[in-house]
Order: sequence, then structure tokens, then C-alpha cells
Amino acid sequence: MKDAFGLPQSLLVLGGTSEIALAVTRRLIARRTRTVWLAGRPSPGLDEAAGQLRALGAEVHTVDFDALDPAGHEDALGKVFAEGDVDMVLLAFGTLGDQARDERDPRAAVRVAQTNYTGAVSAGLVCAGALQAQGHGSLVVLSSVAGERARRANFIYGSSKAGLDAFAQGLGDALYGTGVHVMVVRPGFVRTRMTAGLPEAPLATTPEAVATAVELGLRRRSETVWVPGALRVVMSALRHLPRGVFRRLPV
Amino acid sequence: MPADTVSVTGWGRTAPSAARLVRPRTFEEAALAVRGCGARGGIARGLGRAYGDAAQNAGGEVFDMTGLDRIHAIDADGGTVLCDAGVSLHRLMEVLLPLGWFVPVTPGTRYVTVGGAIGADIHGKNHHVSGSFSRHVLSLELLTADGQVRTVAPGTPLFEATAGGMGLTGVILTATVRLQPVRTSWMSVDTERASDLDDLMARLADTDHRYRYSVAWIDLLARGRATGRAVLTRGDHAPLDALPRSARREPLSFRTSRLPAAPSFVPEGLLSRTTVGLFNELWFRKAPRSRTGQLQRIPAFFHPLDGVPHWNRIYGRGGFVQYQFVVGHGREDTLRRIVRRISQRRCPSFLAVLKRFGDADPGWLSFPVPGWTLALDIPASLPGLGAFLDELDEEVAAAGGRVYLAKDSRLRPELLAAMYPRLDDFRALRAELDPRGVFTSDLSRRLRL
Repeated sequence: MKDAFGLPQSLLVLGGTSEIALAVTRRLIARRTRTVWLAGRPSPGLDEAAGQLRALGAEVHTVDFDALDPAGHEDALGKVFAEGDVDMVLLAFGTLGDQARDERDPRAAVRVAQTNYTGAVSAGLVCAGALQAQGHGSLVVLSSVAGERARRANFIYGSSKAGLDAFAQGLGDALYGTGVHVMVVRPGFVRTRMTAGLPEAPLATTPEAVATAVELGLRRRSETVWVPGALRVVMSALRHLPRGVFRRLPV
Repeated sequence: MPADTVSVTGWGRTAPSAARLVRPRTFEEAALAVRGCGARGGIARGLGRAYGDAAQNAGGEVFDMTGLDRIHAIDADGGTVLCDAGVSLHRLMEVLLPLGWFVPVTPGTRYVTVGGAIGADIHGKNHHVSGSFSRHVLSLELLTADGQVRTVAPGTPLFEATAGGMGLTGVILTATVRLQPVRTSWMSVDTERASDLDDLMARLADTDHRYRYSVAWIDLLARGRATGRAVLTRGDHAPLDALPRSARREPLSFRTSRLPAAPSFVPEGLLSRTTVGLFNELWFRKAPRSRTGQLQRIPAFFHPLDGVPHWNRIYGRGGFVQYQFVVGHGREDTLRRIVRRISQRRCPSFLAVLKRFGDADPGWLSFPVPGWTLALDIPASLPGLGAFLDELDEEVAAAGGRVYLAKDSRLRPELLAAMYPRLDDFRALRAELDPRGVFTSDLSRRLRL
């Protein structure tokens, strides 16, 4: 069960090698989390992540989970929920893709969309159903500011996150009053492996800052969390720029 | 019987969870509800005054017992009442005071049910004289997991597990309660100020035995030499001859008045260090340095907050946390250290009370032990509060003390066994009586009770 501050005792991470997810998990283990399920494609990276979390004192299990295989989601995640209550699900998988290549290779572009959007729709709905049946829990969805307004430089990724974001908001409304809390987290540029080598955007942040924001959001039962918080204002302004101006921005 | 799925919280309005709320109107319906429970079990709920998640059951059923609210028999000579568990102490006072009887124990609110009073084994300002509520229960009827109704007498293991058992042994259906005789419905109250914590503890230790009821409001925002300054209010039921002529005509009338309810929306941060600091300053200064024999009505003395319906809303959407612990006699140092830490941390708390407990009560999970208990409320949104309270838990556990489960919403489960030495007995009894785990609450899940 979550405590008065929204801190979970058990956590399911979808995308168990995501650096942001692991930073959040480490933070939650330092608070109340004792059981962690790391879901992802079997890989040395996943086992290594599990080992690191075990060293922090948590009981960690890994689960085979592939965002690109929605048909297997019900089975893979159903097993986790059958073991006991999951107080929080962190939906953290995603891929940035390579915009230039993806524009030339539609099939690669579709993989980005399938991972970030349809994979999340499937896993999100499976988890939402299980959380609703247990009558409590938080579904924390890692979205991105890139979904707030698609940019020329990464609109394939951005559009997939826009879809995910809209889906998660709607799901949150659908689950209102069922005891399940859906929180959409919109980080800006986060310094991780995924963004290594990319030019850093203004207001860049770190996985630890995202973890702090998630912890705060859980306590407040927030529905939307921006990291850093100033992005809320910045994106609100960017959102309302005329297309002609937005196109010319060096972002 | 009526039922719908609703989101439920405790009085602190934190950690909501959804449950099917079932409202039995007869004992048979209650038995049906227990037998028909799904895999996630059920838990009885009264008026929802437990601060944390004791009367919530995510994904399962919550039995709203307030529909079972009949008073079956009153022995006006012997001073006992037999009533349904869903009867509130408020209702008992309305009915019993005119007959010259008062409830044996009342907490800071009248709006708790008899069932809840036993389940949480509540205490009041008279604990040092009268003990907890369950000590005055002569018998109770318990609906257990097998759907049977058992009559449970004090002194039996089932009684001791049920008193303070947070509803996890079964659903209490009725109780026979021994009452306190009174001549009037007025209280004769002595008020005094204590200039700091040591002064306060000395006054409580030296003179509490002269009073049936005793409590101290403590200003946890005062710092420096004033740390722990307090207002003591102690008293007893007023005798007839203490009443003015006008009141003697109806000495046992029970009158309550209520202000308008707190609004449903209150901005976060209304209770800040500044506003609470100001309130505490005024509250302390308003109290007379020393006054004896003041006549007060029962609600004013026992239940001032009941005057504002939904007062728990003033903490805003984020809700609040009640923290109540007890440490034994000889552990005054721990108490001093904790008070100092709270005051240094500037927790905006305006409902902090200190009380000296009397003898321990028989319930296995009953909270009181002889010593000092401090209760305070804190907005849940205060940054770093969770980690801070964890540190206080460690101090309390190290001193052999405990926190009160009826108020808890955030204890680390690992500490529970150290705080409640009879926890294993409780678990063993439950495993035998309720192997399927029919009686389950968010509290029992969170703390693995």
C-alpha cells in the first residue's frame, strides 16, 4: 500500500533499463519501496540494473517484457499482479529514434511510434485494469515536453510522445474516482545515454531531478508534472506561437 | 442491500482507495456481506474518524456500520447500555445524559461509533483514571469470518485481540458498555499555563491524580526557553451545587451547537508556519494564567473541534498526518528530544496535545502504556515530513514506545513488531480465526498486520 505521502511499497517498472526509471526507483527504495519488478527485454543491462537495486536492499525480480509485442503484455504483466498488489507502475520505456534516418526509413519510424505509443497504450491499459481491480495504485507515465508541440528536429519521437501524453491524460480521467492515480511526467532534455551526443537544450535536467519531481508529484497526487517546473510556463508560451514563428525557432 | 463503489479516505484525507461500500441494515445482512466477500476481503467502517487507512479496503468491501444504530437496552439503575456498534458516542450522550449517565471514555470527537471505539481501543482525557474504552466493555457480539456471531467476554483472547484490533478479528455488532454516573451535564474546569515543557511535565506528574480529566494543549512552534509551553485544562463533572440557579432547573440537558462547515475547497498552505504561529501565540495568551472551577459544557470541554463540521478540510487537498506516540515513564528524555526536534523543525501544528497515560490496557494492540503521549497534526504537504517522522519513529521505538495505529498512515512496517510485542499473538489468532484473510484493510496490507 502507499502511505500518506503516496510512497509505494511495491513498484513495477516498464522499461527496466531506463536511466530515469532507475533514478526514480533508487529514490523510492530509499523511502518505502521493498519489492521491485523490472520489466524489459532480457539483457545483461537489465540484470545489472536488478543487481544494483538489490544492493540497495530491495527484493528485485525481472520480467520479460517487450513493448513491441502487445500480444504478450497481458501474460507478462498479469504474472506480476498475480504475485500481489503493485502500488505503483512506472511506464518508462521509450526510444528516441534517429530523426534523419527515420524520415528516410518509414519502418524504423513506425518502430519508434510502436514502442512509444502503441506499446504504451497496450501496457498502460493492461496495468490500468489490474490497478483498478486492486482499487489503488499510481500509474506514472514518462511523457516528454517533445509531445507538447512537435518540432521539426524530432517530430517522429515528438508525435509518439504526443499520442502517449494524450492517452495517459484520458486514462487518468477515465480512472478518476477508482482509487487509481495517473500521473503524466513531462521532462525536458534529460542528460542520459539516450540523449548523449545530442546538443543540450535549455533547462536541461537530470534523472535525479526527475526522481525528485516524481516523489513530490506522488505526495501531491499531481496529474501533470513538468521537470523542471519552469518548463510549464515555457511550453505554454511555445505552444501558442504562430507556426511561422515556431518553425524559425532554433529549437 | 445498498452498495456502490466509492473512493474512501480516513479523516486525514490522504491515500484514497476505492472500495465497494456495503450498508447492512440488519445483522443478517451484515453476516451475508461477510460471507459474500470477494478475494480482497472486507472491513467495518464507522464514522471514518480514524486518521489513516484503518477503515479503507482497496478493491474490496467496506461495511458501513452506521446503519446499525439502535440502542437496545439501558439499565438506568446499574449504569450499562446495550447498543449496536454503529451507534455514535454523540447519540449515546443525547440519550444517556438526561438519565444521569455519561460514556466511560470519550476521545476528542463525539462522532465515533461504539464499534470504532472498541476497534481502536480509544482513550480520552481520563485515561490515567479510567483506562481505555474497552475496559468498560462488559461484553460484545462479534461477527467472525465464518459468518457466525460470537459473544465475546473480557479476559478471553478473542476479546483482547478485538480491543484495539482495528476491526481485523471481525465485525463488532453490539456491545454492552458500563457507564459513568454524572449529576450534571456541566464540567468544572481548571485552567493553567505552563511556561515550558519541564514545567508542564512537572505539573502533570504532580497534580494529575486530583482530576478525572486532564490534557494539555502544547505550543510546538514556541522555541528557545518557551519550548513546550502549554495550557493545561483539567476538570471533572460538576456537582449540582456548583451550578448557577438558572442551570439547576435542567442540570442534565445536553446541548450542542455547530458552526457552518469548513468549505470543501481550501487553498493549500492556509495552515503555514505564520498562520499557525499566530494562532498558537493567541491561544496561549488567551488562556488564563490560572483559573479554577470554570463551568463548561461537555462539547466545549471534550469536543471543541466537533463545533466545525468537516474541520479536516482546512488542510486543503493534500490532507494531513496525525502523529501520536507514547513513551514510558523514565523516558522523559526521549519526549524532550522529540518536542525539541519538532519545534526546531517548525512543523505548523496547532492541534498538539500532551497527556499522561495510566495503566496499560488489555488489548494486544491497544495503544496506551503508562507514560507520556504526544499527538500532533501536520499538513501532509510539508516538505521532508515523511523522512522526519521516520526518524521520530526510530527514537520512539528505541525508547520502547509506540505509535497509535488509529492515527497512523505512514509507519514503516519493520518497526511494528518492536512497538507492539504481542503482534505475533495477534497474527496467530487471526491466522486461526480467519485463514482466508476475509478481514483486510489498507492498514493491514500496509503494515502486514
